[in-house]
Amino acid sequence: MPLEVFGRTKRLQQEIDAYHDALSEAAIGFQQAVEAYLTEGTADRFQEKLKQVGDLESRGDELRRDIERDMYAETLLPESRGDILELFEALDNILNRFEEGLWYFDVETPDIPSDLQDDFSQLTELCCKSVESLVLASRAYFHDSAAIKDHLHKVRFYESDADAVVSRLRRAMFAMDIDLARKLHLGLAAKGIADVSDMAEDAADKLVIFHIKRSA
Amino acid sequence: MEALTLVFLCSGLFLGWSLGANDASNVFGTAVGSRMVTFGTAAVICSLFVILGAVIDGAGAAGTLGQLGAVNAMAGSFMVALSAALTVYWMTKVGLPVSTGQAVVGAIIGWNFFSGSPTDIKTLTKILSTWVATPILAAVFSIILFKLSTAMIGWLQMHILRLDALTRFGLIAAGAFGSYALGANNIANVMGVFVASNPFTNVNIGGFLSFTAVQQLFLLGGLAIAVGVFTYSKRVMLTVGTGLIPLSPVAAFVVVVAHSIVLFLFASQGLEHFLAENGLPTIPLVPVSSSQAVIGAVIGIALLKGGRGMKWGALGNIASGWVTTPIIAAIVCFFALFFLQNVFKLPAYKDDPYVLSPTVISQIGFADVPTVPLQSLDGQRFENIREFRRALADVGTYTQAQEAEILSAARVVPIKIDPAKFRKLAETSLSEEQKAAVRSLAGREFTHQWQLEEALADVSPTWQLRPKLTVNKLHNRRIGNQRAEVDFLFAVAQPEE
Repeated sequence: MPLEVFGRTKRLQQEIDAYHDALSEAAIGFQQAVEAYLTEGTADRFQEKLKQVGDLESRGDELRRDIERDMYAETLLPESRGDILELFEALDNILNRFEEGLWYFDVETPDIPSDLQDDFSQLTELCCKSVESLVLASRAYFHDSAAIKDHLHKVRFYESDADAVVSRLRRAMFAMDIDLARKLHLGLAAKGIADVSDMAEDAADKLVIFHIKRSA
Repeated sequence: MEALTLVFLCSGLFLGWSLGANDASNVFGTAVGSRMVTFGTAAVICSLFVILGAVIDGAGAAGTLGQLGAVNAMAGSFMVALSAALTVYWMTKVGLPVSTGQAVVGAIIGWNFFSGSPTDIKTLTKILSTWVATPILAAVFSIILFKLSTAMIGWLQMHILRLDALTRFGLIAAGAFGSYALGANNIANVMGVFVASNPFTNVNIGGFLSFTAVQQLFLLGGLAIAVGVFTYSKRVMLTVGTGLIPLSPVAAFVVVVAHSIVLFLFASQGLEHFLAENGLPTIPLVPVSSSQAVIGAVIGIALLKGGRGMKWGALGNIASGWVTTPIIAAIVCFFALFFLQNVFKLPAYKDDPYVLSPTVISQIGFADVPTVPLQSLDGQRFENIREFRRALADVGTYTQAQEAEILSAARVVPIKIDPAKFRKLAETSLSEEQKAAVRSLAGREFTHQWQLEEALADVSPTWQLRPKLTVNKLHNRRIGNQRAEVDFLFAVAQPEE
C-alpha cells in the first residue's frame, strides 16, 4: 500500500508542478501579447499569443480540477487540502485574468497614445514579475516552505511599483487633450492590467496564512 | 467442567473487549482523528499486531501480575477480571478515560484481601512507580521526538505531498509497533489472572513449533481485543484524536511513537535480555497504561508549545480517575468475591495447607530468617494461609520479605515424580539434561516444592540458581518457570471440592 500511496502522490505532485508552469508561461505570454499589441496592434503576433494564453488557461482549468479530485478522492493532505484548494482558486483567478485582459485588447482595441506606450509596457512587466514571484512562492509552499518569504516580499514590491505606474498613467492620460471617452477607455485598459498584480498580492496574503498554519 | 471454564473465561474476554474498545484507540486515535488513516486500515493493523504482540511477547509483563497475587482458582480469576471490566465500563460511562491495567491491579489486591494472601509490597511499589513514570517518560520522548522530526523536516526540504505520504506511512508503521507493544504489555491485564488457573495445555506442532498453554490463552485474549477494536473503538478513536488538543499530522505521529516506545520498554523481554546480558540495570516488565502514555505524550507536545490550547481541567479529571480506579476495582472485587463464595458456593481461591516441621524450620533458617519464635509452632499444621498468618503474627513480627520466605517454605504441595507422566516432559521447555535429572528422581515424593527444587539442583547443575545479579536475572527466571512446569506436571491431584 505505501508504494501505491507514493505513486498517487507522484502524480499529484506532477499536476501541481504543471499548473505552476502553466501560470508562469501565461504570464510571459501575456507580457509578449501586450508588447505585440503596443507595436503592431491585434495583428498575427498578438493573435498567436492570445491563442497561447487561452490554451494555457484551459490547461490550467483542467489541471486544477484534477488536483482537486485527486486530493479529495485519495484523501491526501487532509489537514491542508482546504487551504490548497483556496490557493489554487486564487491562482486560477489570475490565469483567467490574463486571458480576459487579452480579449479586452482584441475586442475593444484601445487606442494607446505613443506617449503612454512606455508606461503601459512597464506596467505589464511589473505585473508579470509580481505573478512570477508569486509562482515561486507558491512552489516553495509545496517544496521548501522555508523559502516562501524569499519570494513573497517581491510580490508586494512589484505590486506597489505597479500601483505607482497606474497613478502616473492616469494623471498623464487625463491631462491629455483627448476625448473623455477615450480617457476612460484607456483608464480601463490600465486597470485591467494592474488588476493582475492586485490579485497576485491577494494570493500572496493567503499564502502567508497557509504557511503559518502548516508550520504551527 | 469444560463449559464452566468457558463461562469463567468470558469475563476475561469481556475485559479484552473493553481493552480493545478503549486502550487500543489510543494507538490509532490521533491518526484516525486527523483523517490521515482510515478507520478500516487502522482496525485491521491494530488487531493483527495486538494479537502478534500478545502471543509473542506477552509473557514478560504477565509474570509481574502473577507476583502481585497468584489468583489460583478459576472462579476467583473470573471475578477479578469481571470486577475490573465492570469498573472500566462504569468509569467510561461516567466519561473518565481509565486504564484496564489499573483496574486489574486493584481487583487483584481485592482478591488478596479476600483470600488472606499477602500483597507483595515490593511488586506493588514497582507497579505504582511505573504509573508515575509512564506519563513522564512519554512526555520526555515526545518532546525529543518532536524536536528531532521538525528539524529533520526542515533539513530534508521535502515536498508537502511526500511529507504527507511519509507521515501517513509513519503513522501506520508506528501504529503497528504501538499495537504490538500494547498487545505484549497489556495482554497481561486481560489474561494474566488466568495464567495460574490456565485450562489449556502445551501443544507441539510437528515436534519443533511449540505453542505453549499461555500463548494459546493470550491468543484468545488477543482475539477478544480485536473484536473490541472492530466493534466499539471508532468513536473513542475520534474522541482521543481531537478531544485533548488539536494535533498536526506530524505531532500525531510523534505521539504514537512516544507512546509505543514507552509501552515497548515495559514489555520487551528482548530488550531486558540485552540489558541483562550486558550487566545493565533492567526495566521492570510491568503492564502500564496506554492512556497514561498517550496523555503524557500529548502533554509533552503541549508543553513544547507553551501549554496553549490544552484543556488542563480535563486533565485533572483524568488524573483523578487514575487514583480512584484501582480503589474502586479492589472494593468491587472484594464484595463480588464474597457474593460468589457465599451465594454461589464457588471457591474463589484454593487453600493450601501449611506445616511447620523441623525440616521446614531449618529451611527457613537457611534464608536468614530468625526461627526462634517459630519453634513454639513446631509440628503444627494449618489448613489455610489465613490461619497460618494469624499464628505467625502471634509468635513474632516479620518483615514482608521474611514472611514470604516462611510462607513458601511451609506451603504444602504434595508432589510425586510419577514415571507414568514422563512422556509429558516432551511438552515442556526443559533441556535434555534437565529432563534426565527429573527422570532420575522417579518414584520420589515431596511435601514442599522447595524439596523437589533442592533434589533437582543436587542431581544436575542445570537446575541450580545463580547468585542474584542482574546478569543472572534471566537465567534464574527461566529456572523458576521450568520449576513451575515440573511442579505443575507432577503435582498430586487434590480431590475437587
